[in-house]
Amino acid sequence: MSRAVLAFALRRAAATLALLFALSLLVFALLYLAPGDVARNLLGTRNVTPEALARIRELYHLDEPFLAQYWWWLSHAVTGDFGTSIRTGGQVGPLLLDRTGVTAATAGLAFLLSVLAGVPAGIATAVRRGRPLDRAIVAASVAGVGAPGFAVGLILLYVFALGLGWFPVYGTGEGFLDALWHLVLPAVALAFGLGAFVVKLTRAAVIRELDQDYVTFARGRGLSERRVLRLVLRNAAIPIVTSLGLMVAYLFGGTVLIEVTFALPGLGSLVEESVLFKDIPVVQALTLVVALVVSVTALAVDLSYLAIDPRVRTRAVRR
Amino acid sequence: MKSMKRRTNTRPPVVAILSAVVLAAVGVCAVGRELVAPHALDQDVYLGVVGAGIEGHLFGTDQLGRDILQLSLAGARSALAGPIVVALGSMVIGFLLGTFAGYRGGIVDMLVGRYADLLLALPSVLLAIVVAGLVGRGYWITVAVLIVLFSPSDVRLVRGAVMEQTPRPYIESARLLGIRPMRIMFRHIAPNIVPIVVANLLLNVAFALVALSSLSYLGLGVPPGAPDWGRQLADGRALLGDNPLAAVVPGVLIILTATVVNLLGDWLSETLDRKVTAR
Repeated sequence: MSRAVLAFALRRAAATLALLFALSLLVFALLYLAPGDVARNLLGTRNVTPEALARIRELYHLDEPFLAQYWWWLSHAVTGDFGTSIRTGGQVGPLLLDRTGVTAATAGLAFLLSVLAGVPAGIATAVRRGRPLDRAIVAASVAGVGAPGFAVGLILLYVFALGLGWFPVYGTGEGFLDALWHLVLPAVALAFGLGAFVVKLTRAAVIRELDQDYVTFARGRGLSERRVLRLVLRNAAIPIVTSLGLMVAYLFGGTVLIEVTFALPGLGSLVEESVLFKDIPVVQALTLVVALVVSVTALAVDLSYLAIDPRVRTRAVRR
Repeated sequence: MKSMKRRTNTRPPVVAILSAVVLAAVGVCAVGRELVAPHALDQDVYLGVVGAGIEGHLFGTDQLGRDILQLSLAGARSALAGPIVVALGSMVIGFLLGTFAGYRGGIVDMLVGRYADLLLALPSVLLAIVVAGLVGRGYWITVAVLIVLFSPSDVRLVRGAVMEQTPRPYIESARLLGIRPMRIMFRHIAPNIVPIVVANLLLNVAFALVALSSLSYLGLGVPPGAPDWGRQLADGRALLGDNPLAAVVPGVLIILTATVVNLLGDWLSETLDRKVTAR
């Protein structure tokens, strides 16, 4: 049994590795996406002399076949060496590390907010299905899912920062508490769509369980509503927890726009700056890192599913 | 049992009707842009940025002296045209690849599945920003990029629906009659999965609206100066102190439009779902 589980886990890990390999090829090909000569693009706005072009071609192995170039890039990338940024002239790796803190803090705060608000709201609507509170929250969550974070962010900025003056407008602040204070509005803007997603998800999961026969049976046996709900929640928890993994991908997409809106120096605004500047080594590194984080999260979620639910264990292994 | 829970069955769909009215209004602005907002691009250069309430400018002007109300009405066109094309395009790709993969199975299914895996492993907004930013900055190029990025989820949806139909008796009998696979796929199966695809189309329009305006917000979609809600938000960000409505009006419009399209999509998929189960 446990050996079969292990085999499944290994198979799943191997599939993730293969996916990442294919993605890295895609990410490397970004170099060729921009129109024009690759070497010129890599030089950016610097003076283009024949010597410089030759040097860049040599540095990036541009005269070699595509696969050789790719291999050369990948073998450096796995050691954390993503080359040199065109825009800053510095190493890409340290640049990324430098920007990670702000993004991790904002995304983490947004994640916490959306789960802490979304899960209880989802449960509350599910048990009051069809009543006014349920309808109001469902309608609000449709608006939340559809609302782009940057639009919400700008409206929050206007109301709470400029209008009421409760929060700072831009920047990151100094010291822990001040920094946290600066991150509240961006995190709320990011959590808006995410929270709505959590509400929808939780509501659907709880309703699915409430419709099961065991609930009718438990009620028929005279169990208190409280105990019935406890049973339901334990079962509903599994799809909710595993879907939280999906949210990581969502966070990475949303954080670009939020960081630009609030002028936060994180990975998201680095994406924007690098794309607009066509700073391809940085764009490649960022895309690869995001792909890595998203796929590893998906893998971890799949494996945790295996650990949480014994039914999945037997089903997955038999496949 | 199921019918007992549906007390709301006979009530008129108020939310859906309201959403349709709002969407129709946005549609009118999009089609009749020149009639609805003839002065959208006129610049009151001597005025500079003015706040709301100045005579002739209900919501004030932006940094170029353009009227916010007219500009916002004119922005309806790029808010609807692109997203509709994205949703239709990815629906066609999803319909063709999904049907083939779901019906044929085997290697076709595997290849299509891996293609979907590959694109779904990256956040689509991020990928759209990167690809649109590196390839070029035209509106329709961005639309094409989004079609490619949206199609995997449509492929999955159709594939699942087709795989659910394939083992049913009517398909088996069609096979026994010797009907060609192409005919079975597109004449027999297709009509049964149309409801799912149509409901998904609207949800995709809403999603594409958000994605496209996100890209124009970053300066990647429409060219500078074009009337577009995302672009207006980007410009309005710098004007929050002078004329906050320059950002708030298009912001509210994006949220409102995306919400009504989503509500319509939800309503449609529920209604169609009910019809299918009632059969």
